[in-house]
Amino acid sequence: MSSWAALERFLGTDPADVGCEQAMEILHVYVDLVAADPDAARRYPGVAAHLAACGPCCEDFRGLLAAVTEDR
Amino acid sequence: MVETCGNPAATLDDASAEWIRALTGTGAVREAGLARLHGLLVRVAVRELRRRDAGAWIPGRELDDLAHQAADDAMLAILGKLHSFRGESQFTTWAYRFVVLEVSGKLGRHHWRQHPAERLEAEDWDRLPDRLGAGPGEDAEQAELVKAVRQAVDETLTEHQRRLFVAVVLNEVPLDALVACLGTNRNAVYKAIFNARRKIRGFLIANGYLEERRRGPS
Repeated sequence: MSSWAALERFLGTDPADVGCEQAMEILHVYVDLVAADPDAARRYPGVAAHLAACGPCCEDFRGLLAAVTEDR
Repeated sequence: MVETCGNPAATLDDASAEWIRALTGTGAVREAGLARLHGLLVRVAVRELRRRDAGAWIPGRELDDLAHQAADDAMLAILGKLHSFRGESQFTTWAYRFVVLEVSGKLGRHHWRQHPAERLEAEDWDRLPDRLGAGPGEDAEQAELVKAVRQAVDETLTEHQRRLFVAVVLNEVPLDALVACLGTNRNAVYKAIFNARRKIRGFLIANGYLEERRRGPS
């Protein structure tokens, strides 16, 4: 990828992105849905947009999903 | 748009109802529930630290302490907010969220203590292409990009936005470490950088940098 293409990708923001606070507020609900059906993420597009853009929140999502999946 | 969980009074599944009965009960029933929950939280914390490869930079004993601290703090938070659990997820999923977030926060604070504060101030702009994940490119192109972004940062960002952008983007300070350093929350830092990205993009478009690239050969 060229430097400019990488920059444009980095600078891109999704207006649907709900931010860390809202995403973490309902993370448990989102994770239960995704654990049952990976396509269920479509019900929360703002959370999905945020997790795609925010590394730390995505790590929390992966961690909670792993904990729930290992538990079942 | 605010995305909410929907039903504010969902019916509890059997396992969640059992947890609530135990944790709001008395005597031996409650003690057993507390012990069982704490054991689960410690297990989740240990696994989460392992999943994040924290053992690569935190010694074993300290790692174990960190897992127990995360579980203890999560336990306090869970008991304090038990009344707010409405059954929108399984109880354990709701509870595990607290310990996963505690692990994140504690790793951020640990990372910050291990690294010098000057990483907030240093500005090595030549690292920008690498930090964006760009492959090897021509020096002239990369120099032009760095110059354009630097100008955008200088002319459009507030001092606060600039400081956060430099720390996270140029200096690779983990966002949670920055949160710990500044005593703020993740959302505030994320939003500041989100807005900084929009401002920089707007500047680059207004000045023809990104438009020129879109029209030109890839």
